[in-house]
Amino acid sequence: MNDQATPEVVAGGSKRTAPPPIERIPVLRWVRENLVSTPFNAAVTAICLIGLIYFLPGFIEWALFDAVFVTSDHKVCRAAEGACWAVVGEKHRPMFFGVYPYEEHWRLIIAVLIYISAIVITMMPKFWSYRILVPAWIFTLVSTLTLMWGGFLGLAEVDTSQWGGLPLTMILFSGTLVIGFPLAILLALGRQSNMPAVKAVCVVFIESLRGVPLITILFVAVNVFPLFLPQGLEFDKLLRVVVGMAIFFACYEAEVIRGGLQAISKGQYEAAEALGLGYWHIMIRIILPQALRICLPGIVNHIIAAFKNTSFVLIIGLFDILTATTAVMQDPEWRRFTLEAYLCVGLVYFMFCYALSKYSQLVERWLSEGKRF
Amino acid sequence: MRQTIKSLAVLAVAGTAAFAAAPAVADDGPTLKAVKERGEVLCGVHQGRYGFAIADSQGKWKGLDVDFCRAVAAAVLGDSEKVKYMPLGSVQRFPALQSGEVDMLSRTTTITLTRDSALGLNFGPPTFYTGTGFMVRKSIGATKVDDLAGAAVCVFPGSTTEKNIAALFASKKMDYKPVVIESSKQLVGAYMSGRCDVLAMDQAGLPGHQQFDASNPADHMIIPGVYSKEPLGVGVRAGDDQWFDIIKWVTHVTFNAEEWGISSKNVDEMKASNDINIQRLLGVKGDLGAKLGLDKEWAYRVVKQVGNYGEIYDSNWGPPLNLERGINELWTKGGLMYGFPMK
Repeated sequence: MNDQATPEVVAGGSKRTAPPPIERIPVLRWVRENLVSTPFNAAVTAICLIGLIYFLPGFIEWALFDAVFVTSDHKVCRAAEGACWAVVGEKHRPMFFGVYPYEEHWRLIIAVLIYISAIVITMMPKFWSYRILVPAWIFTLVSTLTLMWGGFLGLAEVDTSQWGGLPLTMILFSGTLVIGFPLAILLALGRQSNMPAVKAVCVVFIESLRGVPLITILFVAVNVFPLFLPQGLEFDKLLRVVVGMAIFFACYEAEVIRGGLQAISKGQYEAAEALGLGYWHIMIRIILPQALRICLPGIVNHIIAAFKNTSFVLIIGLFDILTATTAVMQDPEWRRFTLEAYLCVGLVYFMFCYALSKYSQLVERWLSEGKRF
Repeated sequence: MRQTIKSLAVLAVAGTAAFAAAPAVADDGPTLKAVKERGEVLCGVHQGRYGFAIADSQGKWKGLDVDFCRAVAAAVLGDSEKVKYMPLGSVQRFPALQSGEVDMLSRTTTITLTRDSALGLNFGPPTFYTGTGFMVRKSIGATKVDDLAGAAVCVFPGSTTEKNIAALFASKKMDYKPVVIESSKQLVGAYMSGRCDVLAMDQAGLPGHQQFDASNPADHMIIPGVYSKEPLGVGVRAGDDQWFDIIKWVTHVTFNAEEWGISSKNVDEMKASNDINIQRLLGVKGDLGAKLGLDKEWAYRVVKQVGNYGEIYDSNWGPPLNLERGINELWTKGGLMYGFPMK
């Protein structure tokens, strides 16, 4: 399999002789190379094909031909054989926006659009400069939080306990990253530190928090933490949750980053020290850029996990997109069609996670091509 | 004596408190004071259970538990909309109340001795009585519990229902085959697909499953009767008697209003009634409100903005579910809802 001596061998499979004419047709060539290149591959292909033939027509019939797409009457859906996508139309507002006041939903739509644009800008290398990104994110944070909170400019005030749905999922996710990622780098550096006290604190912090489930951390943040506070002093529940999730994320991410740090050869440290650079200069200019590059797949892996972890807020009564859907689908008239609603939410999760992973692959390719930003 | 103390206290706060104009402010306990300052009642509710608390298609809270939150807000703050709903999980509900995150817990909570005492809570009068009920396929020919010997019973694992059934069948010396499934959707699905003959669960949930989850509702019947005690009530922290009193008497307002024929529609005309009970309740005569630290119109607003118990029940358990009132009827109609004298 590793025989890559000449390109002809790779392209033509095991045969060295002139390729048969069939392989000039690109589609057939692709099929030959990817689906039936070995007996094992051919068997797998056959099994998958049989599976598709068996399940796909039924699924398409259910999801498309027999499905009801638009109706506000649950009886129409009950009468139909197929899927009831109309349930998404009927319930999409509380699914995507939770118990946020109905008349104010336009504020959430604008906030989500601003937020997504900011992320898209951030992902494009041509905008990677402090002069663009810092003001862009300050604008994004101020404008989205103003829109969601309200309380001035004629906007009605909406308490964080009423925030829900997709915006809440996004806030939890970005809050986790914004607080958690810098913390992760500090913890990773602290664990590698020569100072015993710093090292001990970081090790204990990471190991003890990695040893408990996220649910425990959330439960402590929401229910136990307030019991320790003096009367009258209150932190917002959403803030407590975000900080709890960020700390949990940081502990895992710190270990990934530590892996990257350890992969850097000692010569790099020594060379930097020989140049007379201080600790922070060495780390920020020399070590971290290389270390983060090495462990990028691991970092993104945890970021995707963090996105999906936002659904844990179910147990503490916050309505993220999944919890809001579960709650809304209790309605007896529509609850037969919970599956359709969940498929819709699953699609939203998939779009975010797939975009993240595709983007990280792109960044890896840029890095391996030696592109400079 | 009490009057003297009260007037002294009124004088004491008159200078500082902006709302000292209300004569009863002096009596405010910690919870009432906090609620008035905040301008909102923090009410713990279920995250989503139809009939008790659920966000509707517009994301607005609806349900019987929700209506008691609204009733308290109407009595205390004058506006039933001034409620902040805190959806709570079943584990989280008691710590949330104890830590002061909510002022009242109106979340399908069964009143038990342990919760009342060891958890440091107090419970208002039950707002809803329910218990274990049974639904059967008509084809098995059972019409009462005694016919269920040897049946396969679908039930949630670890629930009070599971224990209740075990005790019930043991007391009748009957065998049964429990089929335990954790998720409610799958449990109902198992019953509908014929894996068990009987679906046992909280009685209030059964009519919904019959009408909306069965392919033909007429194939099923709910066996009459309730086979365990689950009185659901509003919980508050122990130690603030005044707030406890408010919760208790707001609940009694809804019972009494129904008994005396006062509804949200006729409450304004009822103010002219000659019945001394109605006059007291609606604040035409006497000062019941002041004794609770509230104004004269507190009960009037409860009925006007939220309704009497019958109206609350019908708006949440009426169409499309049409759950029979059963023991949730007034005591005068053979139920258990009994409003205490308000004088």
